Amino acid sequence: MKRQELPQDSSALNNITRELHYVKDEDGKYRTGLSTGWEIKSSALDNAWEEVNDHIKEAERLVKSGDKSPIYVLMFINRMDLSILSSYTGYWKLCIKQHFKPSVFAKLSDKKLKKYADAFNMGVEELKNYKA
Amino acid sequence: MQNGFEHIQSAHCENGVVVMLLKSNGIDFINEPLAFGIGSGLFYCHIPFLKLNNAPAISFRTMPGRIFKQSCKYLNIEFDSKRFRSETKAKECLDSLLENNINVGCQVGVFNLSYLPVEYRFHFNAHNIVIYGKENGNYKISDTIMEAPTELSATELMKCRYAKGIYAPKGHLYYVKNAGFVDDTLIKKAIIKGINRNVRDMLHIPGNFGGVRGIKYTGKKIRKWRDDLGIRKAGKYLGHIVRMQEEIGTGGGGFRFLYAAFLQQSAEIFNNTVLSDVSDEFTKAGDMWRSSAVKMAGVFKGRTTEQHHFNEISDLLFEIYEVEKSAFKKLSKLNLKA
Repeated sequence: MKRQELPQDSSALNNITRELHYVKDEDGKYRTGLSTGWEIKSSALDNAWEEVNDHIKEAERLVKSGDKSPIYVLMFINRMDLSILSSYTGYWKLCIKQHFKPSVFAKLSDKKLKKYADAFNMGVEELKNYKA
Repeated sequence: MQNGFEHIQSAHCENGVVVMLLKSNGIDFINEPLAFGIGSGLFYCHIPFLKLNNAPAISFRTMPGRIFKQSCKYLNIEFDSKRFRSETKAKECLDSLLENNINVGCQVGVFNLSYLPVEYRFHFNAHNIVIYGKENGNYKISDTIMEAPTELSATELMKCRYAKGIYAPKGHLYYVKNAGFVDDTLIKKAIIKGINRNVRDMLHIPGNFGGVRGIKYTGKKIRKWRDDLGIRKAGKYLGHIVRMQEEIGTGGGGFRFLYAAFLQQSAEIFNNTVLSDVSDEFTKAGDMWRSSAVKMAGVFKGRTTEQHHFNEISDLLFEIYEVEKSAFKKLSKLNLKA
């Protein structure tokens, strides 16, 4: 890539940092150049977020309708899946699936809820009263 | 050392950490492309059947931690690398190193890195930073992909050091214990070893999904994605490849420009024209990766979603395979002498 081809598009990193790239100058020598972003990769990031947001929306619907417990939507809000949530809480995936049921969730002790609250960076009370 | 600490920005986090740790130990010649090349950083693999975050497991670089370990080994630098079961021990060890004015490399998860924009905070655990001091309970952080140094509170840092999931850091920290004298012959020897090791990784790794053959493997897969997965999911997969290849931390073009810059520097050090020719080939490969990203974006943006568009991407990957294969073959026949 030549120095003058280095894209300077807007991105989520604007006002935080620019990215360093290795680009060729006029005499073909590699130098470093800074870029504010590239539209192609920003749209790839947007695409990944679209998926996250779709999951959240669907999960919110299921929590509101009483089919799932708040843990279910909070997992998606925190960009987790079953295996990541399992490694943060120490619960088996099957066990977490049980806790997705509102009836089981309602009976969980504070000690158990704390593991989820810690994983989601929130308090136990906040988790108990969470409304999707 | 903490006094006179200079933050150096880099394209890739681990290279940056290597540069900063080595420089603060008096090894002045080191720069990012050299660290990347000596550490044999370039790679490609597409692990079949495994999915990460609901997307194919593709990597354009070597295993995390490898660049630091290998650069130190080839340059005869003594280093230490530790993981801790106990969070308290991890903190104590870090604090005592900082008290002795030692800069520490640290593996962290980006999900809790508060100085990054939320858009970037996924559960990705193979990020590396340098910690160069502690003031009023806050840690001074040099994240080499950023333009300026920053800070993290003790709680935030602990969360990042004990992020969970794939590549969980487990408090992983590393630092240079003793750097000997590095002369020109040693640098040359290290470059030769780095190149040879990279040739081995890219050409001679067994199986059809690692090294240059992995690029062909992905190419073949992409051809089938439209029928097998549907346009939407295929788009997601392609978007994932673009991110692995172009996002902050790669220097763009899936690290290929970084490797081309390394070969160009080596060409000067060895006064060897073949090296500069091969450097040009990697520049070409990097440019091709960039244009593949543009084509892939066409799919996930929903603009070019016919089967022949998928075939075009696949064909381009086959071409990249040929370019990189011939480049590495040339490197394997070099016979450089230190």
